[in-house]
Amino acid sequence: MRNRKITPYALVLPAWAWLALFFVVPIGGMLSLSLTTGNVITGFEQSFAVGNYVDAVSTYWEQILRSLFYGACATVLCIAIGYPVAYWIAFKGGPYKSTYLLLILLPFFVSFVLRTISWRFLLSDNGVVLGPLKSVGLVPEGFALLNSAPAVILGLAYNFLPFMILPIYAVLERMDPRMVEAAHDLYAGRFQAFVRVILPVSLPGVFAGVLMTFIPTSSDYVNASVLGGTHNTMIGNVIQTQYLINNNYPIASSITFVLMGLLLIGIFSYARALGTERVMEVHA
Amino acid sequence: MSTDVLTPPAEPGTPAGPRRAARARRRIDWGRWYTWAVLAWLFLPIVFMAAFSFNDPAGRHNVTWQGFTLHWYQNAFAYPELNEAMFNSVSIALLTMLVSGVLGTLLGLALGRFTFRGKQLTNLVMFAAISAPEVVLGAALLSTFLMMGVTTGYWTTVVAHVMFCVSFVAITVRARVITLDPQLEEAAQDLGAGPWTTFRLVTLPMLFPAVMAGGLLAFALSIDDYIITTFVSGDVTTFPLWIWGTTRVGIPPQVNVMGTLLFLVGVVLAVANIVMARRRR
Repeated sequence: MRNRKITPYALVLPAWAWLALFFVVPIGGMLSLSLTTGNVITGFEQSFAVGNYVDAVSTYWEQILRSLFYGACATVLCIAIGYPVAYWIAFKGGPYKSTYLLLILLPFFVSFVLRTISWRFLLSDNGVVLGPLKSVGLVPEGFALLNSAPAVILGLAYNFLPFMILPIYAVLERMDPRMVEAAHDLYAGRFQAFVRVILPVSLPGVFAGVLMTFIPTSSDYVNASVLGGTHNTMIGNVIQTQYLINNNYPIASSITFVLMGLLLIGIFSYARALGTERVMEVHA
Repeated sequence: MSTDVLTPPAEPGTPAGPRRAARARRRIDWGRWYTWAVLAWLFLPIVFMAAFSFNDPAGRHNVTWQGFTLHWYQNAFAYPELNEAMFNSVSIALLTMLVSGVLGTLLGLALGRFTFRGKQLTNLVMFAAISAPEVVLGAALLSTFLMMGVTTGYWTTVVAHVMFCVSFVAITVRARVITLDPQLEEAAQDLGAGPWTTFRLVTLPMLFPAVMAGGLLAFALSIDDYIITTFVSGDVTTFPLWIWGTTRVGIPPQVNVMGTLLFLVGVVLAVANIVMARRRR
């Protein structure tokens, strides 16, 4: 009997140790680093320099706002593109539901970086997409898509679309079709049935999808560097450059904490509105 | 019983049934077209990548179509650094799959089967590890490695990959554990099996599909990871990192070849998975 009580702790221990050592502790380590002063040559000294945060925000507020804006645009685009797909697969997919889901996921067997670079070639000034359009005259000769905000947002939406489709699909698939029939029996038209019955049921899925697309899109830097050129850098680009190229660790870690804080505020207000359990449940 | 009582009132609506069906047959299924259009969009860069693995480019930049060749497939391993990067990627992914597979399975088993102190906290930490942005995870690990004076490289990459994969495995396994009947294990114990024998002969075989699924997920996440890896890999190069490095000087068609081959492996695995699932049913 005693044995049985220890079992769960023994099972959890290795994974817990790993997550504590390499996830929880590092977040603390980063917090401590963000309050230091110094440089790579002289070393960093703990001085509880809260000023790092002021510096970080005042220098990079533009990238912070741009990241949140791009993330929001990509998320909205994902809902607009992904919701009808999830809806159609869940209600009309019939015996091919899992095949359609697999088709949605298949492109993701190709490396994230490679897919994004592929888009760079596709969207290039005389590439596969714009070249023919220009030769037909549908698009003016000087038109460029690459190195612009729309290119970055499109890339982000492309890369994270499945994270929106899957949770929406999951709730719609579980929905009892008799609820829709009941709505029709009560003289609801197709539109009414959608707005009053299907949409409210699917909202937890949409919320989960928003969480799963907004967090990675707003903190991504791969799309911004591959598709955005030099004028559309996001907060991820700043973090990456400050850490790996400039080695300005205090500023780099402060700005990472600012990003984390902003996202946490978002998640908590979200969880308050929906209930923590529900957010984590659908998310998992 | 109750449904029998409830069906008759729906009767007046049925005459419209056949007519509605006929109309539906004539109407274009816009949803289907839309879904296929989105799928086409999703596959566009893949098709482009695969097509240009057969291209015969004139210069260093493999961007415009020049002619068909199998040259790059015959010389797929012409770049030693690319081979090394590929080897690093695959071996790191295998190690990640193994370690996070074991740790995640144990964790998922505990979460699905037992109630224990700290379960809520465990769920919270897993949720945080899954939803935290990759830059944050990478930056936090790098900060800590820097402060502890750890030189980043191959093993720090493995450590990082296991860290972000373990929760995914645990969730996959937990979902399966919840559906299992604990009476089967009790029956094994009644028949004289010890806890280890029960686990080995009863629990593990039933969990196996979920463990495999979780392990493959970990493999896929690890081999594709770019952001966290850039922070913690030091001088070690993986496949995505190598591609990134060559974008400025022109990506050799071998990258398209390897990308296409990896994609095909994924397709084969996915199809095999479906076929096996069908057969089991």
